Amino acid sequence: MKLFNGVAVPRDQVPLLSLEALRQKAIEAPKRGQRISALFGTPAGEQIELVLVLADDSAGALEAARARVIGESFSSMTPECPEVHLFEREIAEQWGVKPEGHPWFKPVRFHASWRGRDAWSRPPGVHPQCGVTDFYRVEGEEVHEVAVGPVHAGVIEPGHFRFQCHGEEVFHLEISLGYQHRGLEAALIGGPNKRSIHYAETLAGDTTVGHASAYCQNLEALAGARAASRGQALRAIALELERLANHTGDLGALAGDVGFLPTAAYCGRLRGDFLNLTGLLCGSRFGRGTVRPGGAGFDLEPERAAQAADQLESAFRDVENAVGLLWSTPSVGARFEETGRVPAEVARELGMVGMAARASGLERDVRKTHPWGMYRFAHIPISTSASGDVYARAYVRWLEIQRSVAFVRQQLRELPKGPIRAPCGAPRPGLFCVSLIEGWRGEICHTTITDDQGRFASYKIVDPSFHNWAGLQMALRDQQISDFPLCNKSFNLSYCGHDL
Amino acid sequence: MLKVFLARAQQGHRTSAFPDSPPAMPDRFRGLPVLDPSRCADGCSACVEACPTGAISASDGLRLDLGRCLFCPDCVQACPEGAIAFTTEYRLATRTREALVLRGPEEYPRAAALEQKLRRLFGRSLKLRVVSAGDCNACSADVNVLGTPVFDLGRFGIQYVASPRHADGLLITGPVTENMRLALKKTWDAVPPPKIVIAVGACAISGGPYIDHGEVHNGADAVVPVDLYVPGCPPHPFTILDGLLRLLGRIDERSAQARARATQQYRADIEHESIDWGKKRAEEGMKLFGFGNPPPESPEKRKP
Repeated sequence: MKLFNGVAVPRDQVPLLSLEALRQKAIEAPKRGQRISALFGTPAGEQIELVLVLADDSAGALEAARARVIGESFSSMTPECPEVHLFEREIAEQWGVKPEGHPWFKPVRFHASWRGRDAWSRPPGVHPQCGVTDFYRVEGEEVHEVAVGPVHAGVIEPGHFRFQCHGEEVFHLEISLGYQHRGLEAALIGGPNKRSIHYAETLAGDTTVGHASAYCQNLEALAGARAASRGQALRAIALELERLANHTGDLGALAGDVGFLPTAAYCGRLRGDFLNLTGLLCGSRFGRGTVRPGGAGFDLEPERAAQAADQLESAFRDVENAVGLLWSTPSVGARFEETGRVPAEVARELGMVGMAARASGLERDVRKTHPWGMYRFAHIPISTSASGDVYARAYVRWLEIQRSVAFVRQQLRELPKGPIRAPCGAPRPGLFCVSLIEGWRGEICHTTITDDQGRFASYKIVDPSFHNWAGLQMALRDQQISDFPLCNKSFNLSYCGHDL
Repeated sequence: MLKVFLARAQQGHRTSAFPDSPPAMPDRFRGLPVLDPSRCADGCSACVEACPTGAISASDGLRLDLGRCLFCPDCVQACPEGAIAFTTEYRLATRTREALVLRGPEEYPRAAALEQKLRRLFGRSLKLRVVSAGDCNACSADVNVLGTPVFDLGRFGIQYVASPRHADGLLITGPVTENMRLALKKTWDAVPPPKIVIAVGACAISGGPYIDHGEVHNGADAVVPVDLYVPGCPPHPFTILDGLLRLLGRIDERSAQARARATQQYRADIEHESIDWGKKRAEEGMKLFGFGNPPPESPEKRKP
């Protein structure tokens, strides 16, 4: 059935298909111009129900369907539909139902099954050891393996990386995560309660506004409330400031990874200027408290808006100057170009989203294709680049910085009048709602199902990183192992957003 | 290359004058809360019920545990009497877990310096290995930002290092997930003693929003002994920097003015000395190459 971003429907209206029909729907999705936004399990009595959420970007619509798993396994869709590979592993880990025929069947986050039944028949009552699993291995003379992490150089979240190398050349990289797993999705079930919004805000700290927006949009739809339009504008400003801070910081870090220190130093400071701008709005550099059900937590009085506009212009002037150095320095270009290439076909097959997908030429930006809130009225063009390499991922960031600044500039000038927050009650029972938000990394997808009392029966979060980590693995093929930091930073994926 | 120089001129000098002058915090910044229990109505527990992490208790007088506090405005908005308010005071680090519990409008016990032996070892050079153990990356981002030119951690002799074997201690963020517990323990074991631990953020102090989740261990002190607690969600970079400098005994309010004067004098002295020193070297050089004043004749030659 057809759905729209942030619109709730009765959960019984989501068609219940046979497993085979659901499988066909997923496999044929790309042919119909759809991609998979979410695939997850939810308990239905003794059984597990698979829920599939498809996004049709050209129609601006979503589609949802569900099917019950008969017994303890189902036939894997991954061989014919690679973009569900991690979703199926996640379903197995959480609910103990096995996707038969999955080509690389391993745990995702290394936690015990939520249902007691373990898909790998591991002993019950023992917490799985994170990272203890099989790894893809290349055998042969002069082939060696490099293992890095979970604690690895730099101030960075933990993850484990296995490189199969031939000399300096990487044949294959396999990434094993789960170290940041805090049990967040499981804790949301039974909500909403006073902690829920704080879970959304700390789900991935650099995407506080993005995830809090998705959470609040779902809550508003489930409660039948409408967010105040001034609040929607403030949320959009905060979301674009989040994008500006992260993109600017990333361009600086990319410069640092190729040893070009001027831009690295300037952008390190300028990222802080955007964070401080968010701090001016709400007191927190990460936008904590900005997005609240029904609208925004803090208003922007005329003097504050004027001050914000001034700070925005001065930061942008310096970003333009600092980032401009990247494009006019041949040694930077030589290191960015042709490094870590992800061709468009690979990006499409893996279901990549956001800035990384756009750098491979895919027009995927839910601000444009599934607009919500203020983005329905003020449009931001999609920024793409075709080459799919580090250069493209850097350049798309720069294009987006310019467009976000133009957007924020306009919003600060034309803030809608009225209250910042509308009343938002408790969620109504028996509903199903999907919210898509284009965070700075890409599509954030929150799917919520309420039970008969209006509590969260299921709360599924898909961070853009969940789609894109496989893209980083592919980007490293046939690259120098010394280019890993550069490639990694060009994606800058979230560990905790993946591990939840 | 010319563009690089021109950019350098435009970007300017951005390093803050901290700690010699205090940083400007935004007016909405939520720093040290102030409690006024005298305003509490009998039997009211609105703030306790609103707090997402159970940081507030009212059963035995109003108390607020900064170790659990997310510095969100939920309690302030819930309180009908205005008994809780946030100030923009950013200096929040303490040496003990108990010191983080506020009981009323009393003075906040800020972190004291390390004992003399450790201070002598680490006071001018402290190498830290940062371990993120389940943090949402907001804390690690604001730990990382101390390396940028604005804060310039290096000028205090503090540096983040890649290996625990090169470190004098750990800086830990995150509630310590079960999946990171072993890695954190191994990292701690790899640091040569004597060593210190700094817990940054509500998660690393108490578990933060993840308190009592089955997958987390409610903070760093479940695994390692903590020497400095820096509360916040996440703490402001200046809160972290202030804590680090206090631990090393490099911030002492009572003598702040005296120190500023001494610094000024020291700088003047160096400048003066270096000019003198240069002059002396120049004279020596002139003599060596036989310019200027001829060297005094040796006493032997004078002997007829």
